[in-house]
Order: sequence, then structure tokens, then C-alpha cells
Amino acid sequence: MTAAMAESASFANIVRLAGVQKYFGAVHALRNINMAVGRNEIVGLIGDNGAGKSTLIKTITGVHKPTSGRIFVRDKEIDLDAYSVGKAHDLSIETVYQDKSLGEKQPLWRNFFVGRQIVNRFGFIDVKKEKEIANDILLNTIGFRGVGISVDSTVQLLSGGERQGISIGRAMHFNSDLIILDEPTAALGVKEVRKVLDFVRRIKESGRASIYIEHNLAHVHEVADRLIVLDRGEIVAEIRPSEMTVAELTKYLINIQHER
Amino acid sequence: MKTAARSRFARIEGLPIIVVSVLIIGLFMITAPSVFLRPEIYTSTMLSTAPPLILLATGLTFVIAAGEIDLSFPSIIGFSGCAFAILFKLHGLGWIAILAALAAGVLIGFINGVLVAKVGIPSFIATLGTGFFWNGMATFWSGGKSYALRGVEDTSVYQILVGNLPIGDPATYVWYSQISVQAVWMAAIVVFLWFVLNRHRFGEHILFIGDSNDVSRVVGVDVDWEKIKLFTMMGLLAAIAAIMLTLENRNYFGNQGQGYLLTAIAAVLIGGTSIFGGKATIVGTVFGAVLIYLMEPGLVAAGATAETVQIMRGLVFLIAVIFYLFMDEPARRRALLARFMIRTSSGPAKPAGERPAQPTRGS
Repeated sequence: MTAAMAESASFANIVRLAGVQKYFGAVHALRNINMAVGRNEIVGLIGDNGAGKSTLIKTITGVHKPTSGRIFVRDKEIDLDAYSVGKAHDLSIETVYQDKSLGEKQPLWRNFFVGRQIVNRFGFIDVKKEKEIANDILLNTIGFRGVGISVDSTVQLLSGGERQGISIGRAMHFNSDLIILDEPTAALGVKEVRKVLDFVRRIKESGRASIYIEHNLAHVHEVADRLIVLDRGEIVAEIRPSEMTVAELTKYLINIQHER
Repeated sequence: MKTAARSRFARIEGLPIIVVSVLIIGLFMITAPSVFLRPEIYTSTMLSTAPPLILLATGLTFVIAAGEIDLSFPSIIGFSGCAFAILFKLHGLGWIAILAALAAGVLIGFINGVLVAKVGIPSFIATLGTGFFWNGMATFWSGGKSYALRGVEDTSVYQILVGNLPIGDPATYVWYSQISVQAVWMAAIVVFLWFVLNRHRFGEHILFIGDSNDVSRVVGVDVDWEKIKLFTMMGLLAAIAAIMLTLENRNYFGNQGQGYLLTAIAAVLIGGTSIFGGKATIVGTVFGAVLIYLMEPGLVAAGATAETVQIMRGLVFLIAVIFYLFMDEPARRRALLARFMIRTSSGPAKPAGERPAQPTRGS
């Protein structure tokens, strides 16, 4: 992690994809993807169901191996044969999957550290230290105060927005330079959505980058620096939210759909 | 604060089963004082014959915590016990026979793990199949015969693994002279496994896997490999149980493990480990095993027959599972109460609504 920090002064893009293709059997899921995410940029990724958004981020995070193409992290090419979720973690890339990144029945402190436990030589966990740090993340990074949540609370007691907060807080604690958010506002109420969008702004303020997948154009329009539109596995447009209102954006996307 | 003290009390691991065990043993003390008010039932009887059950149940706690099941361990007991008995008796291999029995358990468990994690067969089916297979292999190897291990008491294998602790004179039958060596081994293994489940990376991974395989993969847990380790560990524990059983009985017979399938699973679930995985308690399992074990002498001493013991075990098992189901799942509990028209405090149906309301939120 310190190595990643030291290098951080000397790169332009946290991640860059060049000519990435992905086939699942005969299905061409990603077609010649070329994209880059700047080091302190929030990139919104939009597109219909089945457009390939999930496949794309799973490729970036090492879940899927691309069939061909190259991936660069911090401007350095990745050896795709050795790439994995663990490697992505080591490179400070973190994904917050909707409803899939927290263990429901487990206490928060375990959820913060699972996969990256503080252990001794024999693999036994330093519970006291993990709880202390988890408490610090809860209070300071996420800002949960006086809401009846402690590090011993289980995830099933949390609301949807709070869960996203926990996941994002975890990512920020581990100094992730790139935090990938997979529809973090899906199925949330208005108040909870506001909280999540605040978390996304915290990512930007802390100098990190984010890829933000979203169905709701208004939400992503509000926080993203740049929008990438994906359709049937292909990047079909790049848009700056400052150049278009939400209404214009919606119309534009519908037009793209019709043209194709 | 009263509530704080209460919540700390409620957080004692395995509390419901501890209370129930104490109550039932208390009941037995009243119905059968000649048995349950004397130390021998606990020392000489329980400590010498319950360790295999407790070890198996502890291993199964991990398996069930991971949302899996192992139905093959009675057959592992059969096969490992067979390997031990034949190598020990017919080939005079002593400690090598022990190692061979342990290796057999590890190998069978490993195969189970590969079938479940890599081939992708649901563990219920995979271990049902391997159970049949290894049971058949054990019968094939032993020729369906039992092997009496006469004179085994004089070997170091026996003295180090089972038998009585060298405290007091065994001939006097004082209770403390009757404490078995296998109970000490069992206690050491169970305490170690408690730490593995609650304090080790492996235990944490098992709990997350039981919670959700998808979440575990996303957070970077090697789900397949952890499952292989899990079934391998279960195989090893079954092999240890097999050695203890064979040595304690000084005899090997093919279906010596068969009686443990339901009792071990019952011990785990009575103890409070979730049938849906993700939540497990080894303290609960140990008390569950003790309860399941003591029900037989308790009911028999009170004049019940073997059928009654079965019926009572079945009842206790079902009641416990239903109890935990409604304890663990607030939504289910609410649905049940609603069906009986019992109104709980109004509020949102979401679990988040369950915590005490707080006035404000920071930031």
C-alpha cells in the first residue's frame, strides 16, 4: 500500500484499458474497449441491462480475464495471466458491489477486514486492533455517530444507505486509489440516496478516483466528472455532464438506442 | 445500566443451550438421583465415551457454518478405523497405523472437498455418494469382520491416546482416577478449534462463505480452497474419532460410526449454529452434544425405553431448530407473531427499524 502511495505522484491514469475484448463462449460481451480513468476523476458508467457494465468492471477488478487486450494500472501494464481480485486489492482497486460486498450475519469489524485481516504469523486475527480501527473508520471516515451502530453490530441491522457507507468507508480506509461503485443507489429511498451521493463526493474530495455505475441518470449526472455510455458491449459515447442537462442526456441516450 | 448488563449476559456464547442443558441435567438429578448425583456418570462414562461425538460435532459446526453438510463422516470412521485396526492388528504397525488412519481421513475429506468445491456437486449429494463408497470399501477391506484388539492396553498407542489419566489408583474407582485421556485430547482440540473459528482467518472465511459465497469471492476469499480445507479438516476429525472409538472399545466393527450421523448433526443445531450457515457456536455445540449424550442415560434411568429416547431426541432437536429459526430471523418471527395476532411495537418492517431510535445523526 505504501508503494502505491509513493508511486501515486507519477501517473496520469489510475486505470486504462486498450482494445479489451471479452467473450463468454460465443457471446461477445465486451467489444474493443478503450477507456481511461484519471487519478482524481469520477467516471459514470451508464447503459442498459446487459450492456456489459458489470463485465467491464469485473474485468478491471480481476474477476474476469479479458479474452484479449491490455490493461494498465497507474500507467503500467498488468500481467493478465497473474491478475486476480487479490492482485487488484494489492493495486489499491476496490469494488463496492450492490448487496454483494458485506456478510449479512457478520459484525461490522469482520466486514471491514475480511480478506485483509490483521493476523499474526499463524493466521490468528488481532481482534482488538481490528475493532479499534473499525471503530475509527465508523466514526471518522464514514461519520456514523449516535445512530446506534457499533463495530459489533451485524450488517443485517443496517439500512441500505448505511451499508453502502460501510463498503465505501472500508475502501477509503484501505487507501484504494480507485473505488468502483456498482449501482450503489439501487433500491434506496430518497434520503439514503443523498447519503450515498455524499459518500461519492467524499471519494472525490479525498483525492481518489471512482467508476460509478448507475441506472439513474440524475444521480450519476450529479456527481460524475465524465460519463461513459456502454451499449451491447461497446463504448458508444463519452459525455461531460457540464455540457448537458439530465433531460438532454436522457434524450441523447434514447437517440443512440434508436440509431443502433 | 440494566440493559447493558442484560445485553452482555445475552451475548454469552451458546446461552440458550447452556440454560436448557443445566435445566435438563437438574431434572435428571431429581428423576434419577442415584445416577446423576454421582460423579461417575460424568467422569467415567461421559468423558470416556462422549469425546468422539463432541469432536465430530465440532467439525460439523464448521461444515454447517459454511452452509455445507458432510454425510460421509460415519463412513470415514468406518474406513479409517478399518485401516487402523488391520494395520495395527494384522501388520503390527503401531503408530504407523495411527498415521495411516489419519491420512485416510484426510484423503477422503480432501476428495469430498474437491467434489464440492471444484466439481461443483452440492455437498449433500457428494458426501452421500462418498459415504456409500467408503463404507463399501471398508467392508470390502475388512471382509465384513470385526477385529478385537486384545492386549492393546499395554501399547504406547493406547496409553497415550485413550485409557485413564494417571491420577489416583484406577482400582479404587475414585471419580478422578477415571478421567480418560481421550477427554483431554478432545478438550485440547475443541479449544483450539474454538480459536480457529472465532479468531483465525480460516474461521472468519468459513463464516463469510456460509453467509454468501458471492460476497466471500468479492472480498477476496478463495472460496474453493477454503471449502477443500473444510472437508479435509472434517475428514481428519472423523479419523481421530475413529481411532478413539476403536481403541476405547478395543475392537473394530464396520458400522461403528453409523450411530453418529444424526446425533452429531443434532448436537450442532441444538447448540445454536444456524442451519443457513454464517453463524456458529462451538460452545453451543459442546453443550448440545452433552445434552444429546446424557438424554439416553437420563431417560433410561427414569424408566424410559430406547424408543422413548429416540422420540425425545427428535422432539428436542425439532424444538431447538424452530426456536433458533425464530430467534435468528426477525422477519420470520414477526410473521409468526402476526399470524397469532400478537402485535409487536409498530414501526418499519425493515431490520434497521429494530434498533432503538436515535435523535440525530452526525455529518
